[in-house]
Amino acid sequence: MIAEVGHYALVLALALALIQSLVPLYGARTRDASLMAVAAPTALAQFGFVALSFAMLVSCYVASDFSVRNVFENSHSAMPLIYKFTSTWGNHEGSMLLWVLILALFGALVAAFGNNLPRSLKATVLSVQAWIAAAFYLFILVTSNPFLRFAPAPLEGRDLNPVLQDLGLAIHPPLLYIGYVGFSISFSFAIAALIEGRIDAAWARWMRPWMLVAWMCLTLGIAMGSYWAYYELGWGGWWFWDPVENASLMPWLVGTALLHSAVVMEKREALKVWTILLSILTFSLSLIGTFLVRSGVLTSVHAFASDPLRGIFILTILVLFIGGGLALFALRAPMLRQGGLFAPISREGALVFNNLFLTTACATVFVGTLYPLALEALTGDKISVGAPFFNATFGPLFAALLVAVPFGPLLAWKRGDLGAVAQRLSGAFVVAVVGLAATFVLEGRPLLAPLGIGLALFVIAGAVTDIVERTGLLRTPLSTVARRAGGLPRSAWGTAFAHLGLGITLLGIVGETQWGAERIVSLKPGEKITIRSYDLTFDRTVNRTGPNYTELAATFTVRRHGEVIGVMEPSKRAFAARGTATTESALMARGASQLYLSLGDVNPDGSAAIRLYYKPLVLLIWLGCVVMFIGGAFSLSDRRLRVGAPKPARVRTAMAPAE
Amino acid sequence: MAIMWWWRSALVGVVLFAAQPAVAVQPDEILKDPALEARARALSRDLRCMVCQNQSIDDSDAPLARDLRILVRERLTAGDSDPQVVDFLVDRYGEFVLLKPRFEWHTAVLWLTPAVALLAGAIALVAALRRRRATPAGIAPLTADEERRLAEMIDRPS
Repeated sequence: MIAEVGHYALVLALALALIQSLVPLYGARTRDASLMAVAAPTALAQFGFVALSFAMLVSCYVASDFSVRNVFENSHSAMPLIYKFTSTWGNHEGSMLLWVLILALFGALVAAFGNNLPRSLKATVLSVQAWIAAAFYLFILVTSNPFLRFAPAPLEGRDLNPVLQDLGLAIHPPLLYIGYVGFSISFSFAIAALIEGRIDAAWARWMRPWMLVAWMCLTLGIAMGSYWAYYELGWGGWWFWDPVENASLMPWLVGTALLHSAVVMEKREALKVWTILLSILTFSLSLIGTFLVRSGVLTSVHAFASDPLRGIFILTILVLFIGGGLALFALRAPMLRQGGLFAPISREGALVFNNLFLTTACATVFVGTLYPLALEALTGDKISVGAPFFNATFGPLFAALLVAVPFGPLLAWKRGDLGAVAQRLSGAFVVAVVGLAATFVLEGRPLLAPLGIGLALFVIAGAVTDIVERTGLLRTPLSTVARRAGGLPRSAWGTAFAHLGLGITLLGIVGETQWGAERIVSLKPGEKITIRSYDLTFDRTVNRTGPNYTELAATFTVRRHGEVIGVMEPSKRAFAARGTATTESALMARGASQLYLSLGDVNPDGSAAIRLYYKPLVLLIWLGCVVMFIGGAFSLSDRRLRVGAPKPARVRTAMAPAE
Repeated sequence: MAIMWWWRSALVGVVLFAAQPAVAVQPDEILKDPALEARARALSRDLRCMVCQNQSIDDSDAPLARDLRILVRERLTAGDSDPQVVDFLVDRYGEFVLLKPRFEWHTAVLWLTPAVALLAGAIALVAALRRRRATPAGIAPLTADEERRLAEMIDRPS
C-alpha cells in the first residue's frame, strides 16, 4: 500500500501542478483576482502531496520493502538505519524525487511568504514554477518511477553503493539540490518579469532572498561534496574537474555573477536586461547539470544512445525551458527600459568586471566539459579534457578576478576614484607583498606559491580593509567604531565575509597544492615512516566486522619529536552484497593542516602498501566556503529581508492598487 | 532460482574484489632515481586512464593505469625525453590519452573559448557604454526628487 500511496500522491501533485501552471497565469493576464488566488493554495497542496510521496518512499526504504524494485536495487536489510534513510536519494529515481520535493518546497515558500509581491507577479511566478514542476513530475512518472513493484519479492536487497554509505550522502545532495533548484525561483521571477513586461529595482529586492539562499546552499553543497570526495576516494584529491563537479560549479559561477548584478539593479536600476539573462542562464545551467548527471551521457555517448528514453526526456525539458526562456528574453528584453548611467570606474563598473570574468570562467568550464562529447558526436574524434586543461585556463581567469575583488566594495557608485581606492588598500598591498616576499625567501623556487599566497593575503586583507574603512577603525574612538559597526548594513558584513572566505579558500588551495608532501611505501609491522616532522609507526593490522561489511584496519602510532600525538587507523572495507570495496582514509588534523593516510594492498607477509600525505592548510579550502556561507547569511538577514517580510492582509489590499 | 543467482553474483563479487589492486601508484613501481620518478609523476598526471572516467593514470587504480605507469617509467629509464614519452603514448593510444589536448585544428574552439569569450564580452561592454553615452537624451535619469520617492516606496515597511 505504502508505495501505491506514494505513487498516487505524485500523480495528484502533477494534476495540481497542471492547474497551477495555467489558471493563475490566465488570471494574471485577465486581471482576475480569484483566478490568481488559485496559485498559493495549489502550490501549498502540491508541496503537501510531493512531501507525502517522498515520505512514502522513505518509509519503504526504512522498512526494507524489497518488493519495491528501487528499494531492492539500492538497499540492504543489514545497513544501519541512517543509510537506509539516505539511500532513498542515493539513486537516480529517488534523487529525482528529492529534486521535485525541493522544487515544490520553494514554490510553497513563495506561496506562503511572498505576500509582499504584487498579486499578478506572484501568480505568474508560481505558474512558471509549476511548469517546471509538471515537466519533472511527468519525467519521474514516465521514465523514473521509484514506486514500481515486482514479484516475487526478493529476500535481500542489492545494497547501496558502498562509496555512498557515508554521512556525506545525508548532507551533500540535499544542499546541492537546494542550490540547484533554488535558482528556479530566480528563473521564474525572470520569466514572470518578461511576461509582465516590467521590471524595476523592487523586482531585484523581491528575488534577493531566494537567490541568496540558493547560492549559500550551493556553495556549501559543493564544498561538502569536495570534502567527501577528499576523504572517501583515498588519493587525497579534493577537486577533479570531473564533469559531475563542473555541472555544479557552472550554476555557482553564473549564480555568483547574478548575485552581483542584482545588486547593481537593486541600487542603481542598471543592468536589468543582463540580470534577467543571468537568472535564466543560472537555472538553465542547473538543468544542464541535471541532464549531464542523470542522462548517462557523460559515461559515454553510446551509453546514452543505448537507453535513450531518460536522456531524451530531460533533453526535451532542457530545450523547452532554456530555448523557451531565451526566446522570450529575445522577444521581450528590448522593451525593458535601461536605468542609471555609470562611469567605467565605479562600483557598477567593478561589478560588471566581476560578471565578465565569472561568465567567461563559466563558458570555459562549459566548453571544456561538453567539447569532447560534441567533438565525438560531430567528427568521431575522441579527445579528453581534464584537470590540466582547466587549471591552465580557469586558473588565470579566476586569479585576474581575485585581484579585482578588494577594489569593488571600496569604489563609489556611479563614478569611483581608482587612485583613492588603491591608497586605501595600501595596507592590504603591504600585507600581500610581505607575504609574497616571505614565502619566496622561505620556499624559493616555485614562483606560483609566493604569488598565490600574495593574492590570497590581498583578498583577505582587502575584505578586512573594507570593514576597517567603513567603521573608521584606527581613525576614530572605539565607541564610535562600535556604533558604526552596529549601524553597518548586514549586507556590508555579508560582502566582507564572502570575500574573506574566498581569500581563505585560496590560501588553502595554495598550501595544499604547493607544499604538500607524499610518501608511497610498503611497510612491515614495526617499521616507521617519516613525513615532515611526523613519524608514523605501523603497529599491526586488525580484522573487524561491521553491520554489512568486513574491515581490514591498520593501526599507526603518530609521533612528533618522539612524543605520541595520536593513532591513525586507515582501513579497507569489503561489502559482500555488491562485492565491492572502499578505502577509508585516516585523517588527523594539525591546526588547519592534515595528515592523510590511506591503506593499499596488504600482502601475505604482513607488509602493507600505504599512501601518506601531509596536506598543509588543506582545511582552509572548506573553511573558506563556510565563511562564504556565513557571508551569505549576513546578507540574507539584511534589513531588506525584514522589509519584505509577510504583511497583514489589511495592508496587502492597500498595496494592490499601486500594482 | 533467485537465491542461486544471488549467491553466484556474490561469489563473483568476492573474486573481483580479491583481484582488485589498491590505490594508484604502488610502492613497487617507484623508480630509484628521484629526479626520474618526479618526471614520471608529473607526466602521469597529464595522462588519462582510458578505461576510467576522467582519472589520470596517477590517480587511477585500474590495471590499465598501472600498465601505463610502468610503461612511462620504462621509457624514461630508456632515456626518452618527456615529449618523446608523450608522443610514444599518443602514437599508441591516440590523443584520447592526453588530459590536456594539444592545440590543433579540432581543438581550436576549445582552447580559444576563454580568450574569445573575454574579449567579446569586453568589446560588447565598451560598445554598450559608448552607445548609451552617445544617446543620453533617450532616457532621462530620475531627478533627485523621483529617486527619493522611489527609495521611499521601496523602503516603506508597509
